[in-house]
Amino acid sequence: MGRRHVLIGMGPGAIAAAEAIRSADAGAEIVVVGADRHGYYSRPGLAYYLAKEIPEKWLHPLSAEGLAGLDLTIVNERADGIDTKAHRVMLESGRELVYDRLLIATGSTAIPAKVPGAELDGVVKLDDLDDANDIIRRSAGAKGAVVVGGGITALEIVEGLHAHGVHVDYFMRQDRYWKNVLSETESHVVEQELGGRGVRVHNYTELAGILGRDGRVAAVATGDGKRIPCDLVAVAIGVHARIELARAAGLACGRGILVDEYLRSSDEDVYAAGDVAEPVDHGTGLRTMEVLWNSAVRKGRTAGLNMATEPVRAYETGIPLNVTRLAGLKTTIIGSVGSGGRDADLEGLQRGDSQTWSELGDAVAIEAQTHGARVRLAVGERALAGAVVMGDQSLSFPLQDLIQARADVGSIAADLKAAGASIAELVEGRWREWREQLA
Amino acid sequence: MSWFKSDREKYAALATAWVLPEPSRCVQCGVCSFNCPIEIDVRRHVWLGEPVKDSRCLTCGECIKRCPRGLLRFEPIAATHGGRARGGR
Ligand SMILES: Cc1cc2nc3c(=O)[nH]c(=O)nc-3n(C[C@H](O)[C@H](O)[C@H](O)COP(=O)(O)OP(=O)(O)OC[C@H]3O[C@@H](n4cnc5c(N)ncnc54)[C@H](O)[C@@H]3O)c2cc1C
Ligand code: SF4
Ligand code: SF4
Repeated sequence: MGRRHVLIGMGPGAIAAAEAIRSADAGAEIVVVGADRHGYYSRPGLAYYLAKEIPEKWLHPLSAEGLAGLDLTIVNERADGIDTKAHRVMLESGRELVYDRLLIATGSTAIPAKVPGAELDGVVKLDDLDDANDIIRRSAGAKGAVVVGGGITALEIVEGLHAHGVHVDYFMRQDRYWKNVLSETESHVVEQELGGRGVRVHNYTELAGILGRDGRVAAVATGDGKRIPCDLVAVAIGVHARIELARAAGLACGRGILVDEYLRSSDEDVYAAGDVAEPVDHGTGLRTMEVLWNSAVRKGRTAGLNMATEPVRAYETGIPLNVTRLAGLKTTIIGSVGSGGRDADLEGLQRGDSQTWSELGDAVAIEAQTHGARVRLAVGERALAGAVVMGDQSLSFPLQDLIQARADVGSIAADLKAAGASIAELVEGRWREWREQLA
Repeated sequence: MSWFKSDREKYAALATAWVLPEPSRCVQCGVCSFNCPIEIDVRRHVWLGEPVKDSRCLTCGECIKRCPRGLLRFEPIAATHGGRARGGR
């Protein structure tokens, strides 16, 4: 009989771990406990589902045969407690599961608004498929919606509501969109695109309260005393990791579950992966949170392998990357590109986010329009610290390689900073050279 | 970079190229598989870090065009060194 693994969560962290365990140990017993009745699906795909680009059934990456091939036991319930001494997980039905190794991959959840009226019917969020379906259902017949928050999720909700014919008023607290990550020009490009679609963007606008009629949303009040009628209020002010189970079990937690390089928690038989794990970034020596699909997959694979064998593989935080669509513009964000500080529209990290983007580097920012794309580079002394590419993505691939490999770009750094520099040619030229050196 | 632009390029692609993903950018949303006219599970290839080696592929470019994250492209078969995408497993 092989080891018995219990994995809590049914997102990419847990599924990638299950695959890794199965590939390392054909005889292992793997039990996956997931509370979401829809099982495993792509959360980032919810944005395209909301925007009517893809039907619901296509959100599920694994077919029934694919799941069966992993030979898992799936328990569709919430885990309510963990007894680390007895190696047991307590389920909401009262059943208990015994484990040799446990993985916690419970993901993250939206931070609720803390204004009067936040409990009214018609206040929505976008965490999961039920939320997406709730937004779609409520959009039918809704005339107006107010969206508050920042970053990617807020815009995805704005676009989803717009695709369902709902007029949107989008509030942001500051002068511009996603201020600690995007440049002024980039923010304005996004806001202009939104405006062109009929979305009304309100800068310097605070949601002071939500006003109801018969328990349902009827309007919002702004900080400067305006009243805007609406049927829906969507809140995307950030997420926090779901650490409640781990904390109650006595595992060491910070913002997430504190893990070592092998993704082991403070209990050596309990691992964590995905959004909920808080490892140390070896680049900075500091603990770091990532709310990224690909990071969840990589953490899951690492934890799974270590659970199935012995702690052998270390997780490398690496340089984060996300590609997203901001008001219809394909946008890639790689590495450190921010202006430092936090975004007033967000109370934590947001979905598709990494702490790194908003970190202040000592790099020089260069912005240019090139080959159908708006490109911004953070150029350090010898390496590129980060980049933002909006529009045509061709240049984002060489940039990803150069930034993630921390390749030496000393030979082009001065030219990149010169007025009127041809950024695309310089970057592609250096990338080709770098590839040849690698080969 | 070999991005798919015209019919002429499409026929050239048919003979010499396949769809190659950049797996680290994929979020398994399924838009590519949904839009493939012959229902090749492009998303699964991306998860496994493999080019779309399926002999039925028409190299129509639909998956490339529709991927909201722009991570699919045509790549000359010879350039992929035996068919592993970057960052694939
Ligand atoms: C709308 C949206 C857009 C996004 N966009 C992007 C993007 O553009 N790019 C990107 O990289 N990432 C994006 N993300 C983030 C990405 O989806 C997450 O980083 C990723 O899903 C995290 O995976 P995970 O396995 O840690 O947890 P999750 O995918 O959150 O899964 C956790 C699972 O655990 C279950 N669970 C929680 N507690 C319990 C319990 N006590 N018992 C049983 N089950 C439990 C939950 O039901 C859930 O199914 C987006 C997310 C959302 C919601
Ligand atoms: S459309 Fe793009 S992001 Fe979505 S599953 Fe396919 S390759 Fe991945
Ligand atoms: S190129 Fe066309 S046929 Fe080939 S996988 Fe993509 S969508 Fe399918």
